Amino acid sequence: MNHAMASITKKDIKSHGLTDEEYGRILEILGGRIPNIVELGIFSVMWSEHCSYKSSKKWLKTLPTSAPWVICGPGENAGVIDIGQGLAAIFKMESHNHPSYIEPYQGAATGVGGILRDVFTMGARPIANMNALRFGSTEHHKTRHLVSGVIAGIGDYGNCVGVPTVGGEINFHSSYDGNILVNAMTVGVANKNNIFYSAASGSGNPVVYVGSKTGRDGIHGATMASAEFGDDAEEKRPTVQVGDPFTEKLLIEACLELMATDTIVAIQDMGAAGLTSSSFEMASKGRVGVELYMNKVPTREKGMTPYEIMLSESQERMLMVLQPGKEDIARRIFDKWELDFAVIGTLTDTGRMVLKLHDDTVADLPIDPLAQASPEYDRPWVPTLKQPALAAKDVKVICWTNALKILMGCPDLASRRWVWEQYDHMVMADTAQRPGGNAAVVRLHKSNRALAITTDCTPRYVNADPFEGSKQAVAESWRNITAVGGKPMAITDNLNFGNPEKPEIMGQIVEAIKGIGAACNELGYPVISGNVSLYNETDGNPILPTPAIGGVGLIDNIDNMATLAFKKADDAILLIGHKEEMEGWLGQSLYLREICNREDGAPPPVDLAYEKSVGDFIRNLILAGRISACHDLSDGGLLIALTEMALAGNIGCTLFEIQGYQHSFLFGEDQGRYVVTAKENDVNSLHKEATQLGIPIQKVGSTGGNSVAIGTKKVELTTLRSLNENWFPSYMTGKD
Amino acid sequence: MKAAVIVFPGSNCDRDIAVALEKSMGKVPKMVWHRDTELPNLDLIVVPGGFSYGDYLRSGAMAAYSPIMKDIKLKAEAGVRVLGICNGFQILTETGLLPGVLMRNRDLKFICRDVHLQVTNNTSAFTSGYKAGEVIRIPVAHHEGNYFADEKTLKALEDESRIAFRYCDENGKVNDCANVNGSQHNIAGVFNKSKTVLGMMPHPERLADDQLGGTGGRAMFDGLVEALA
Repeated sequence: MNHAMASITKKDIKSHGLTDEEYGRILEILGGRIPNIVELGIFSVMWSEHCSYKSSKKWLKTLPTSAPWVICGPGENAGVIDIGQGLAAIFKMESHNHPSYIEPYQGAATGVGGILRDVFTMGARPIANMNALRFGSTEHHKTRHLVSGVIAGIGDYGNCVGVPTVGGEINFHSSYDGNILVNAMTVGVANKNNIFYSAASGSGNPVVYVGSKTGRDGIHGATMASAEFGDDAEEKRPTVQVGDPFTEKLLIEACLELMATDTIVAIQDMGAAGLTSSSFEMASKGRVGVELYMNKVPTREKGMTPYEIMLSESQERMLMVLQPGKEDIARRIFDKWELDFAVIGTLTDTGRMVLKLHDDTVADLPIDPLAQASPEYDRPWVPTLKQPALAAKDVKVICWTNALKILMGCPDLASRRWVWEQYDHMVMADTAQRPGGNAAVVRLHKSNRALAITTDCTPRYVNADPFEGSKQAVAESWRNITAVGGKPMAITDNLNFGNPEKPEIMGQIVEAIKGIGAACNELGYPVISGNVSLYNETDGNPILPTPAIGGVGLIDNIDNMATLAFKKADDAILLIGHKEEMEGWLGQSLYLREICNREDGAPPPVDLAYEKSVGDFIRNLILAGRISACHDLSDGGLLIALTEMALAGNIGCTLFEIQGYQHSFLFGEDQGRYVVTAKENDVNSLHKEATQLGIPIQKVGSTGGNSVAIGTKKVELTTLRSLNENWFPSYMTGKD
Repeated sequence: MKAAVIVFPGSNCDRDIAVALEKSMGKVPKMVWHRDTELPNLDLIVVPGGFSYGDYLRSGAMAAYSPIMKDIKLKAEAGVRVLGICNGFQILTETGLLPGVLMRNRDLKFICRDVHLQVTNNTSAFTSGYKAGEVIRIPVAHHEGNYFADEKTLKALEDESRIAFRYCDENGKVNDCANVNGSQHNIAGVFNKSKTVLGMMPHPERLADDQLGGTGGRAMFDGLVEALA
């Protein structure tokens, strides 16, 4: 090979994140030939944890991924489901954890950009962005800086591209001090007969590059994201990419315009590992060869080497295979949108990836062997030690009024208004339920139907019991969609864990995937896309295991949807799904953490069959117009849910005096429960119907007044509102 | 009424305003690409919200030099109604069709929330659907909406009743608490001298539909259709 560079050293192999065993495999594939540095770089990113899923693949295969309405499951840029009337919903959630810790603004912004591209690459117009964020302790000196950068980055990117950011979740916990989590989700809608895939086909077809020029940014991003942080995190800043949402907006419009013509054979965005992984994956999936000319790639600066061009992670770029002779149709559209357009290669029938710089061959790799030899590890794992359940009698009792005030103003329950007011959550004029409810509701344009979207995970449950905790994350997602009246359709999962080479972390991964699988199977709620982020550790300290679940459901008639706000005074408040034997689950509850300063006990178990029957009952009541407000019970339990409903409607409530343990009844976090309001004169028939189905139902009080009251004690809504609303802005301005 | 919506690279409320106009007009407005140089005969030109040219250089600064702007200025001088919303308002101030500038919000953050507006002047085609002094609720969504002009300009705006909307509380009180972005005189929207050009930061097109939680913006479009039919 003419362009052979200096020979590979041991240091090169290590700095590319490859093990000796993996390097041996490379030599085998190349028939003993020593790879050059370009080829080594390609192996390195293709076999990185980030691109190859080598530690998790074995277990991911066990997840349920099909249902009659699933059009495309995991493996493509995003998952696709049929939502009727000729439409498909396309969605995925993806992490940008490592870059966001190093450079919060750009890290988070490019996370949003990347997931948007995964969705519109498939032919969908993005209609909503969501996110799931985890930050370190509020005491940690970097937390404010990281929160402020991440929120601004997510907001600025989404606001500029004009896709509403309709919700998300945020937790604070010291385990994320050195590894924050930024998981971004995009939901798009496409014509179900016009979905685009990434498998290339047709020897001789032109390979086309569109979007931004290639620069020297983000080289080795995928490798960086596949390793732990030490004290050198700052030095990794150059591996973070820089986003340009304006170009992304043009790219969305240009791609959708081109997709309306019959021109594209295959299309793939350039995400992690840039041109390398996009070209490689397109060729590999289509079982064809590809020849690329490095000198034809539009570059931002002169003198970029093939190595830099292939490994750059510059943003807002796409790779397409066009039908032969249709280049001009495409070129005209990209000219109109003032984006770069270049034919940079052709498909071949050699089964090889050949890179040329002018007449020199700078890399020549067999595609199939490289893909098939992609490492897959069955890493050793040990199950997480289970903790005993806590009895309510063993947990300290404080007056409920104080507990309520503490919890409503605590970092994990305080209002997120400070955050979502920085997101344009209304652009596209279809947001029917804004952030702050059970799930966001986005209308399908020019129709009466809508999608309900939610992101959920309770990492403290998963940490205590990965199997039960992960079941809970899926169940809570299902419950949130149910609580607005939606039919839960499918999920995307974003699995964030520590170093899989440690058996206890691998155990969390294995049990979490088993838990997700169990819940998805029982609830008929398949996984259609996802992402795995490992090595979230700094100096050996792992994050709480965080399998974030992004759920999507369908609302057939938006006029029937439910919201959580109390609507009027004198409605009956009904607690549904609370079994008589439930004394109130305080293990791993927020009450335990915030009031008793304890993080122990088993998390609340989820009875999936029961979950489904209660949820189906609730959804039927919503669709029948029988209930005026609905909220699922989760963090903080019954009294927190009621207070959120009261604040949303600015109408108070009075509960009956409580028999038995007050703290566990009011703040326990038992699963499969909802609280609803209904007309007083419908209570008897609701009671009868629920009882016939074996679903527990009890009236716990009525709406009305300006406070949350139990018997003679009460807390004014104005007090609760200021505690709940003030925490975030005060914290961010350093006044807490 | 014949209406057109101008589309710049980076516009992102063009579809939203088209949908809102269609509801009141009964037909789809014409979408005009910024590189066109001539507009047909029209009653209303809308410069929509978004991030034209990514807000690079300064919000609205580059779009003000798009080819279509020359004809928009000519049409505006001839009395065709021009409505600039959000980034559209920024573009109209950059072209000089409206006085003042939109600076970064007082708290330096992007802000998306419903605000209350006092309809300060209802004698224009844009505001004829409202009662004078009426309080309406529609959202803002901007990073640069903090209206600034020199004393002389502000005095002229006040004296000539050219302030269309002011930020107020839900009871119609115009005070600093209700001033969402720090605008001088709580200004949310201003007219040109002849009240044929309106620029406003809030988005009437986003709350013109019950399913989205409000219809505060609807009367603007109904009023325009009635005035310009």
